[in-house]
Amino acid sequence: MDLVLQLLFTGIGIGAVYALVALGFVLIFRATNVVNFAQGEFSMVAAYLMVVFAVDLGWPYWLSFLLALAGMALLGVVFNLGVYYPLRHRSFLPVIIATIGASILMANSVLAIYGPQPQVLQGWFETPGIQLGPVYLDSQYLLIIAVTIVMVIFNYWFFERTMLGKKLQATSQDKEMASLLGISVSTMIMITFIYSAVLGGLAGILVAPVLFVSIQMGSTIALKAFAATIIGGFGDVAGAIIGGLALGVIETFGAAYISVPYKDGFAFLVLVLFLIFRPQGIFGERVAEKA
Amino acid sequence: MSAPSDNMTIASPVRTKPLLLRHLPYFIAAAILVALAATMQFDGYILNILMQATTFAIAVFGLSVVLGLCGQINLAQAAFFGFGAYAVGIGTTDLHVSYWVCLVAGCVIALGAGAFLGMSTLRLGGHYLAMVTISFQQIVTLVMINAIGLTHGPDGVSNIGRPDLFQTAQGYLAFCVAVLAIVGYAVWHLPDTRLGRAMRAVRDNELAAGVNGIDVFRTKVYAFALCAALGGLAGGLFAGGFAYVSPDQFSFAESIVFLTMSLLGGVASPIGSAIGTGLLILIPEWLRFLKSVPGLYLAIYGLFVILIIRYMPDGIWGFIGTALDRWRSRIRAPAAAAPLLLKPATVGGDIVLEVTGLSKYFGGLKAVDGVDISVKRGGVHALIGPNGSGKTTTLNVLSGLYKATSGKVLLDGTDITTMPPHQRTAAGLGRTFQNIRLFRSMTALENVEIGAERPGNTLIGQGGAAALTERAMEALTFVGLGPRANEPITSFSYGHQRLIEIARALAANPTLLLLDEPAAGLNSTEKLELHELLKRIAAQGLTILIIDHDMTLVSEAAQHITVLNFGRRIADGESMAVLRHPDVVSAYLGSE
Repeated sequence: MDLVLQLLFTGIGIGAVYALVALGFVLIFRATNVVNFAQGEFSMVAAYLMVVFAVDLGWPYWLSFLLALAGMALLGVVFNLGVYYPLRHRSFLPVIIATIGASILMANSVLAIYGPQPQVLQGWFETPGIQLGPVYLDSQYLLIIAVTIVMVIFNYWFFERTMLGKKLQATSQDKEMASLLGISVSTMIMITFIYSAVLGGLAGILVAPVLFVSIQMGSTIALKAFAATIIGGFGDVAGAIIGGLALGVIETFGAAYISVPYKDGFAFLVLVLFLIFRPQGIFGERVAEKA
Repeated sequence: MSAPSDNMTIASPVRTKPLLLRHLPYFIAAAILVALAATMQFDGYILNILMQATTFAIAVFGLSVVLGLCGQINLAQAAFFGFGAYAVGIGTTDLHVSYWVCLVAGCVIALGAGAFLGMSTLRLGGHYLAMVTISFQQIVTLVMINAIGLTHGPDGVSNIGRPDLFQTAQGYLAFCVAVLAIVGYAVWHLPDTRLGRAMRAVRDNELAAGVNGIDVFRTKVYAFALCAALGGLAGGLFAGGFAYVSPDQFSFAESIVFLTMSLLGGVASPIGSAIGTGLLILIPEWLRFLKSVPGLYLAIYGLFVILIIRYMPDGIWGFIGTALDRWRSRIRAPAAAAPLLLKPATVGGDIVLEVTGLSKYFGGLKAVDGVDISVKRGGVHALIGPNGSGKTTTLNVLSGLYKATSGKVLLDGTDITTMPPHQRTAAGLGRTFQNIRLFRSMTALENVEIGAERPGNTLIGQGGAAALTERAMEALTFVGLGPRANEPITSFSYGHQRLIEIARALAANPTLLLLDEPAAGLNSTEKLELHELLKRIAAQGLTILIIDHDMTLVSEAAQHITVLNFGRRIADGESMAVLRHPDVVSAYLGSE
């Protein structure tokens, strides 16, 4: 029982990271109808920026954190201008191929600069964790869960309660109508890319102390996050979060009770089961193309 | 899924001598290449490069089928390549099975895995396929590394055997070149087969492909499985060539390399695949110093992908091809055609379409609510109603794009209520769309040929290429566009595109033609022409169910009118009587 509780905590912690990245996926998908296959690399790049600022340069953790997020905002701008924006009028296939190209470019540029050895990043807190009854609560996991909760609330407030959020929603639902109402669609899309790059970066920085900082972390996280969005229901914000948490828990239990080397395979298994038996996900509705 | 099984088999080209003669140069060139591969003296380094290029090109051909022809993505080609390679590797060493058996087994395993992946994912949007293939690729790599008992893990499999016939390296290379030539020929001609045409139609417009009798899902699965099988074949050849395989040769990075090769050369043609493969094997050899920095050359590949997609979406060969086309751009006007014959099948009685109690609810919204329609044979029947009355929804339920919530639809006595679109088309239904849905990368003639190829069309004989072209030309001539048959869709005006869509439906010789607002967006001259066309169609006895807002057109063309409002039928009967019906007048003009 103690082990189950411990695993549940760890699973939710890791699942919260998937949920954050999945949120980034969903936001870009809703704004542009494009799945950004480089979303995971945003996390990876942010983690390496943290290593550069906090470890190599030895700057304070909070300053490095802010600089890394600022770097991600910049990357969101460059990504939009270099990859998405020139192709915005083309069909979805060229766009996803371009984002895959961008993902390869980012991962391997970092590899070329930093080499293949995984890097270590300290957690935010000095204290490693606290013992609560039978369960040991790792401080970094606590931080991850707390930040995810805050981000979900922020997200809700931002999209439902602010004018900018409503403009973003309007853009994602009908670009033409939004532009007729005087909303600058290209600005809204730019903001979406910046926001989701920062969100992905935040997830990467949070998870970096738990995992090693490596080139592969981006694609691993992206695959899990994508599986999470399908499990939750594609394009659904609540679904992405529930799906991410569920996946984290499944994976942690799978690794503990079934097999460690195949840990990354469970996400795929769950994904395929969902695709076959419930492709619209937990919350999603199947939408047919209108003739 | 229960369509006639001959529905999708690759129609063996019923080609007579002229074509074979025309292709003779290809086979002579291939034979010369095979002879050169067998006899020229290469050093080991050159031999390795040639072997790699030959086997990779076969795997890239697979991508030109799935991505180029069918518009579906596959980011796991290296995994399928790996299946073939490990089948030959493990089979010839640990299991002591004949090379040939292993090669076939590898193809079959790849084919099966591809079919399974495709069937689980291809009903959904394209981004699902991209992610699922990436995940699949990662799992396969995990298994290759961790299932040490089977795959020898990271050490890989060495001392892989070759067939007795091709023991020498050069003999084996010659064999691979021969396979490449044969596969290349097949892929080159695939677009002209029934399956190939279906793939192109699916790539251009899935909905239109469905209502033209193409089983969209099955076509996609075939394309994907075919791609996987070619990957398996290539991998099997690769394993025999290098006698050693290990997991890192079949990683996600290799899948990206295959994709880049395909995009660079030109995804639409096997020639492009060969060019892309050759370049991306040679360039890294010339720039070997880049390999000393890990990641650098893959980073460059990633940049290539972005730049190619942006600036050269058709790849090198597509670029050359467009230039060549411009240079010899005399479009030959096709030969004149015989008058179009419409011979609608008659199985049932006097009523062609019998709709009873048809409903379609979207959640709580009753878009169509218990509608009855019965369409008499040989007449023009109009379905009218104010905006939002459920006309187009009714048409979409009739053609199978939406599932009916309840009710029954009989076409010529056959119950088609639950059939998918392509089976309804096979049963004799034809339709056009309000917002024109043509296959935009094809010519007018090719569009109409796809219509003519409807399963169940009795007027095309065996369905050979000549018969299809003849039938399509007749239909295009019928709508007045015969002389422009070989022009691409994009060069036609909106009104003419509408006529091509009607010709596509007519070429199929349907029992019942559904026209969804054919006059929408036409100017007054074009409307008059459309009216004349409808008269000529009706004169041949084809039954038409038409939706339109143009009351002049409807009242002149239709003998019988059904009126919908708020999803319910409010009037039905002979034209003039219905149009004077007080409920109809108030639905359109409001009541006093």
